[in-house]
Amino acid sequence: MSGGSSRTGRSLLLLAPLLVFLIGFFVWPLFSMMSQAISDPAVLRLLPRSAEVIGDWDRKSPPTMPMQAALVEDLKAVDDDQALGDMVRRLNSARSGFRTLMSKTTSALADPANPPADLVSIDKRWEKPEFWIAIADALSPYTDRNLLAAVDLGRNAAGNIEHLPADQSVNRVILVRTFWIAALVTFFCACIGFPYAIIAASLDGWKRDLMLGAVLLPLWTSLLVRTAAWFILLQEQGLINDLLRGIGLIDAPLALIFNRTGVIIAMTHVLLPFMVLPIYSVLITIPKNLMPAAASLGAPPLRAFLRVLLPLSLRGVASGCLLVFISAIGYYITPALIGGPGDQMISSIIAFYATGSANWGMAGALGMVLLVATLVLYSVYARLSNDESGRR
Amino acid sequence: MKTIMKSGILTAAAVVLSASLALPALARDLTVVSWGGNYQDAQRNIYFKPFSEKLGKPVLDEAWDGGIGVIQSKVKAGAPNWDAVQVEAEELALGCADGLYEKIDWDKMGGKDKFLDSAVNDCGVGAIVWSTAIAYDGAKLKEGPTSWADFWNVEKFPGKRSLRKGPKYTLEFALLADGVSKDELYDVLGTDEGVERAFKKLDELKSNIVWWESGAQPLQFLASGEVAMTSAYNGRITGINRTEGKNFKVVFPGSIYAVDSWVVLKDAENKDAAQDFIAFASLPDNQAKLPEFVAYGLPNKEAASKVPAEFAKDLPTDPANMTDSIPLNVDFWIDNAESLTQRFNAWLAQ
Repeated sequence: MSGGSSRTGRSLLLLAPLLVFLIGFFVWPLFSMMSQAISDPAVLRLLPRSAEVIGDWDRKSPPTMPMQAALVEDLKAVDDDQALGDMVRRLNSARSGFRTLMSKTTSALADPANPPADLVSIDKRWEKPEFWIAIADALSPYTDRNLLAAVDLGRNAAGNIEHLPADQSVNRVILVRTFWIAALVTFFCACIGFPYAIIAASLDGWKRDLMLGAVLLPLWTSLLVRTAAWFILLQEQGLINDLLRGIGLIDAPLALIFNRTGVIIAMTHVLLPFMVLPIYSVLITIPKNLMPAAASLGAPPLRAFLRVLLPLSLRGVASGCLLVFISAIGYYITPALIGGPGDQMISSIIAFYATGSANWGMAGALGMVLLVATLVLYSVYARLSNDESGRR
Repeated sequence: MKTIMKSGILTAAAVVLSASLALPALARDLTVVSWGGNYQDAQRNIYFKPFSEKLGKPVLDEAWDGGIGVIQSKVKAGAPNWDAVQVEAEELALGCADGLYEKIDWDKMGGKDKFLDSAVNDCGVGAIVWSTAIAYDGAKLKEGPTSWADFWNVEKFPGKRSLRKGPKYTLEFALLADGVSKDELYDVLGTDEGVERAFKKLDELKSNIVWWESGAQPLQFLASGEVAMTSAYNGRITGINRTEGKNFKVVFPGSIYAVDSWVVLKDAENKDAAQDFIAFASLPDNQAKLPEFVAYGLPNKEAASKVPAEFAKDLPTDPANMTDSIPLNVDFWIDNAESLTQRFNAWLAQ
């Protein structure tokens, strides 16, 4: 008994580095990303006095004197520039203009020589209810604002969920596009990768090594280099167009770059190894005498393939598809360099919020939507592959 | 046997742990971060290497692509691994308000009056004045465009166009093409109708635009003939003309110029050395060497006067180039960058 538990303890100890690694580099970042998306304490922490009085306000009339006085007191008490920055970023994200308004206000309040009478005398914008509504809405420590905005929803003045106006709605279109591009790339990878893997698995010696090398070598080259290479091949005066024109197949150059065609071609090439390798690894485990056996029992080649080889290798195809699809939905560089304006994928939007505007709440919310969608797809895959093994 | 294994594991764990604890204690050399490309090559020759010799220690240099989020995450994580960074005007304004930068010791820099007004900030020292302007290949277009209205005119100048993907500059250029004067530009853009008008003007050109994201792309597009004209950073254009013998032209009227600044990240390990470096890079004699390599204007007044005439004529700060160009309105963009980017992305996706 005790020997068993000490063995468990020892094996746990051996696993410890892995667990620590997983928690430190996977679970914790994931958790903090999600909490960034919904927690929102930046404003409440700095404006406790305003939070007390702003609840009595009707959200329509100009701000009352107690509200202004409370905000002035709150702002005067702030001594942490970085916390102030977090608050202003949050407010400016809800209502453009808070950046300049706040810096003007705080520098006016910090000037001891001529203290301002009230906020409105510092800047006329403080009269407008919109700015105060933004503050009032930001005072709750938790928010669904980012998550709603990630799928183009928002709350109106009455607090009901509704669609954002068309000129601000972009995420849903881009999310759908991201999944569509990923699906197309997965499809083409499967179309090319499956036959390729069958041929590679049927060969041996240097021929097999050559075919596998042709798949693996690009994998060891930088993604950026491969994408840049496609740029050179696909452009209007590029190799492909020149060749096609040279042999007289086309008169005008084909539009291969800055559109969906180019993105699909380049991404399919870049992701092909992730399709070929899993399929190949399943294929080489299938005994080579199965196909001759099927033939000797009278099955024509197509029937033998459909009834014997395809079902046996389906597991490899499925895991290849999953690998390619999940890698594809996170693509960023290839669509940016090869694609047109209609080929932006969701990663570029996430990158803008994360690095461009430091709005990590929005970046986290979009990441979360992507994660949930991927998990749903994965569970569908898991269910399907379970059925597969259940039938056997 | 068991105990040996156990103690072995424990020792190994202890070694790993102590090694990981000991690592951060190593002193890091002064790390300077700039925009890469031919610009950083020039900086390495005239600033980084000479300063490293003066210091008697290595100076590391890295390149970045901008983004206040990058700076914020480095500073908030504590002990940032960059010291001196060259930032754009919005990153300077945002980061200074958010307390991400050290305050500049202006006595070290030689006093504020030695610099252009737009290059003086509590948190930053101007490094260059640079322009975003129309560029075209003089070898292919004998009669080139002279204004943004020409840029929009695809009948007179057939061929695709390229603009930087994003609302900044793009909306300004659209309004200029629509006939808004440079003095009213930001007043018009500050209204909802103005933004509407800019997007409407962009609609006209949308199908002819190839968007670029990194500064090297427009050069590539021009060189390969993919586009007839593009917006581009003026320094890159002059650079490629000098190194590859191209005849690319820069159209300064209607261009928008901005100041890039050196900042020191808050609580950076080498913050004092970083201020010394910025002072070194701001010395008139050192700064005056820059235009020979890259055609960016100099914020140090004395340095600007020392630039030989043959290089001075290509600079955005040259009086002839300055007359009809427009300063970027930083306040407008720090307020509106996020909402207009969202709108721009929605417009792109339509």
